[in-house]
Amino acid sequence: MDEWRRLQPRKAGPYKVVGKPLPKVDAYSTVTGRAIYADDIILPRMLYGGLLRSPHPHARIISINTRKARELPGVLAVITGEDLPRKYGILPSSQDETALAVDKVRYVGDPVAAVAAVDPDTLEQALRLIEVEYEVLPALMSIEEALARPDIKIHEETRNGNIHKAVSYEFGDIEAGFAAADYVREDWFYYEGNNHVPIETHACLARWEPDPHDPIGGKLTLWSSTQTPHYVHREVSKVLGIPPSHLRVIAPHVGGGFGGKSDPFSHEICACELARRTGRPVKITCTREEVFLIHRGRHPVKMWIKTGVKRDGTITAMHFRSFLDGGAYGSYGVATTYYTGALQPVTYALPAYKFEGMRVFTNKPPCGPKRGHGTPQPRFAVEVHLDKIAADLGVDPIELRKRNLVRPYSRTINGLRITSCALEECLDQVVSRSGWREFHAARLAREAEATRQSSPVRHGMGLALSTYICGAGKPIYWNDMPHSAVQIRLDRGGGVTVYCGATDIGQGSTSVLAYIVAEELGIEPERIHLETADTTLTPVDLGSYSSRVTFMAGNAAIQAARRLKELLHSVAAERLRLPPDRLESSDGFIYCIDDPQVALSFEQAVQLAEARYGALVAAGSYAPPEDIHGDFKGAGVGPSPAYSYSACVALVGVDIETGEVKVEKLWLAHDVGQAINPLLVAGQVEGSAYMGYGEALMEQQIFRKGRHKIPSILDYKIPTTLDTPEIETILVGQPDEEGPFGGKEAGQGPLLPVIPAIANAIYNAVGIRIDEVPITPDKVLRALKAARSEPGERPLPPPRVTPIVLNERWPARLIRWSPEQREPRPDPTNGHHQHPRQGESAPHGAASTSSRLPQKGGTA
Amino acid sequence: MRELITLRINGERYEVAVLPHRTLLEVLREDLGLTGTKHGCELGECGACTVLLDGVPVLSCLTLPLEVQDCEITTIEGLEEQGRLHPLQETFAELGAAQCGYCTPGMLLSAVALLRQNPHPTREEIKQALSGNLCRCTGYTKIYEAVEAAAERLSAARQGERQPNAALQP
Repeated sequence: MDEWRRLQPRKAGPYKVVGKPLPKVDAYSTVTGRAIYADDIILPRMLYGGLLRSPHPHARIISINTRKARELPGVLAVITGEDLPRKYGILPSSQDETALAVDKVRYVGDPVAAVAAVDPDTLEQALRLIEVEYEVLPALMSIEEALARPDIKIHEETRNGNIHKAVSYEFGDIEAGFAAADYVREDWFYYEGNNHVPIETHACLARWEPDPHDPIGGKLTLWSSTQTPHYVHREVSKVLGIPPSHLRVIAPHVGGGFGGKSDPFSHEICACELARRTGRPVKITCTREEVFLIHRGRHPVKMWIKTGVKRDGTITAMHFRSFLDGGAYGSYGVATTYYTGALQPVTYALPAYKFEGMRVFTNKPPCGPKRGHGTPQPRFAVEVHLDKIAADLGVDPIELRKRNLVRPYSRTINGLRITSCALEECLDQVVSRSGWREFHAARLAREAEATRQSSPVRHGMGLALSTYICGAGKPIYWNDMPHSAVQIRLDRGGGVTVYCGATDIGQGSTSVLAYIVAEELGIEPERIHLETADTTLTPVDLGSYSSRVTFMAGNAAIQAARRLKELLHSVAAERLRLPPDRLESSDGFIYCIDDPQVALSFEQAVQLAEARYGALVAAGSYAPPEDIHGDFKGAGVGPSPAYSYSACVALVGVDIETGEVKVEKLWLAHDVGQAINPLLVAGQVEGSAYMGYGEALMEQQIFRKGRHKIPSILDYKIPTTLDTPEIETILVGQPDEEGPFGGKEAGQGPLLPVIPAIANAIYNAVGIRIDEVPITPDKVLRALKAARSEPGERPLPPPRVTPIVLNERWPARLIRWSPEQREPRPDPTNGHHQHPRQGESAPHGAASTSSRLPQKGGTA
Repeated sequence: MRELITLRINGERYEVAVLPHRTLLEVLREDLGLTGTKHGCELGECGACTVLLDGVPVLSCLTLPLEVQDCEITTIEGLEEQGRLHPLQETFAELGAAQCGYCTPGMLLSAVALLRQNPHPTREEIKQALSGNLCRCTGYTKIYEAVEAAAERLSAARQGERQPNAALQP
């Protein structure tokens, strides 16, 4: 019998901890300045490390002379590409980076050499003394240039010009879908790239402890501001040739990530190598400019979308193409490419869907994952496109969306399993809370009033919907091991220590572990010690990406806690002379459900259990169910054990004289299932809305002559208190059956609808469409002038997204797939759909979820 | 050539030999181990390094220690009094105003200066006062709420001060 059924079912409410707005477990260390971030760590004899970076976007390295730097007093080590030649990269399929450039540099900022010196001044001087001779090559700075010049190859390994990855899928019968449409519309969109701008710049500190008896020569410890210590562990180990057993990676407090600290970085590898060479601790702290250069931010994406609809707005087919500007290296880009296409059918039920995506290399800082990873761009395109269709058809944009909403407990046309889904409730909530109907009904009166007062500001409201994954269904390197594991140790004094690799980047993942374990064991969260994000002390959790931590580490924590709880209840039952199923744990006691006076303290139970069973340690782990996706190549990106849903209404004021857009308010409804801590969930929703607002109106990378033009927070605009709109958070939905206590994600999904909601609101306010993000005042003004020019005037043309013209066929083999062609799998149990590892990995209740799948999409 | 200077920080005197071009931020963090003061840009853009000079918020990354020897410097480490948190620290913790916490020390010091000058700020005044402190996590809402809640607590404490047993100072 699988263990989840044997262990107790989900604890019955009311909960004592879950659902309460408690402070984060590290709140008092952050507000007092006690929290230790990577750059705060100072070790005896520590050296300062730094990187020399390329001044050219594309160049061959002819020679590097480090002699003068090496001879400078106070310089302990200088390394170049030939010292660390092994290639690495976050994805096994994109091993295209070296810690320091070998032969070639591919963007301004590509690291060329690294130095360790006794102080920052000596370090800076040494970096200036390194002489590098370059042969400058032509730089490709856009998707169009990269496609137009296949002869200038940024990476020799690419098969087809500068195309890093191209994919092509057809789900269902796209031709039949378009043939059945009453109306078909096509649009082009562009979404400019942007940076995460965590307030903490990347920093790391490496320490080498030599041991002459060890064949490896010693052990290495790396403290780094990373979201993914486990992946850093793997890659540093590989590049340095040190077995993972001899390397320890620790993420201390991390000062924000948003995806920007998810890659293994050159500075981390170089700090380790410099520490090994010098035998002294080496710290490398990136400057703000370096954060913009190492980047891994939002991909610039050009998109083409064509949708067929019935007269009432029912979608019959969608064809979506994305062109991603990947920058100079692979990073997560293959996954990003898939993500630009995978989730369209998870928001709207598409009966036929074709997706073609390609990512090209350019000579810009490498792009990677940023909050929403590859999905804000298509979300913007789809939601604006649907708004245009609604206007074309004269259909209410809400009604059009309602006709097409994905249904709970269904399968998408691309094979993804949908479980709990409160998308319609999200939509209804933002519509009613924002006063949408009243606002639109009062349009004429409002415009008359603006004219009467000679106000240049016109108001508008826009709306958009979205969905996001609660953790990637597959790990980055394919394997059958758990995605997350938790160990809990009880000591006889009543102490509880939770060990988990989960990495808190501010979102509160450590706190969530404490709340969940406290709820299960019936103790206060303050009693719990937490050890996290340490590859030596803690079992693997894959990292803080894809909104996976609450769902996966949470379920692993529940499993570990229940195993201990069972031991405690068994001894308590004996002592209290009760059957174990009459016991519950709460408020530091194990008591009889029928008579709470019959009780044993948690400490007493721990001591009895230790006497009976020996040391009290238990582990739990989680891997997502298997049967949640299609069986085609590439089906591994998009599946998730659950999806969160969001809806946003934006109220904007557009100044028709200056083109300035002021977002006055955002209403954001989010289906998080059960909020483990509503305070932290609201914080994630507000933070996402803020970040989406910045992307919609101001944040963008700008390059000139191959260089990042604005690598500072002075010039690269992020919203301040004076810009950020009022945000109203509305939490909706029911507990998810597989989520920990029913919880789903909140960290990324709420960003997605904000950008198109603002774009749609601008259209509603002034009747112009800006199909390019960010929507800056100059674009608005140009569009307004073009739309309102008098005869004889010759205004600048309105901003328009230039289509990409492909001279050849789409450079990827088309994969056709339909849910009907899924292979039926033998089911050894009882006729329910089979989730092979469900028993070990998912909480009780999962079986009933799968049995609710409709036959069409299921495995049977 | 280093110069020996004396700094008064959080009520304590520190003698420290500094290179004249070192910033206050560097000296606080590297020489004095006061790492509660954070750095996000070292160019005066983000506000993470905010400290108080005689009660006025300044950016320590743009301040030279040589010039502030006559000032009383307050860093995040100096906000607690006799082991008791400042009401702003309490409300920031309780109301979720700190997520990653990296902007928090600077944000708190700007807020302390605001409430000293203006014990009952409006939401608009709070926004103005904190506009030089960038936060990338919260969307600022919970920060405003924390400042407002702290203002109320301080005000309640001042009322209580007229009676015995009230200890809270702004």
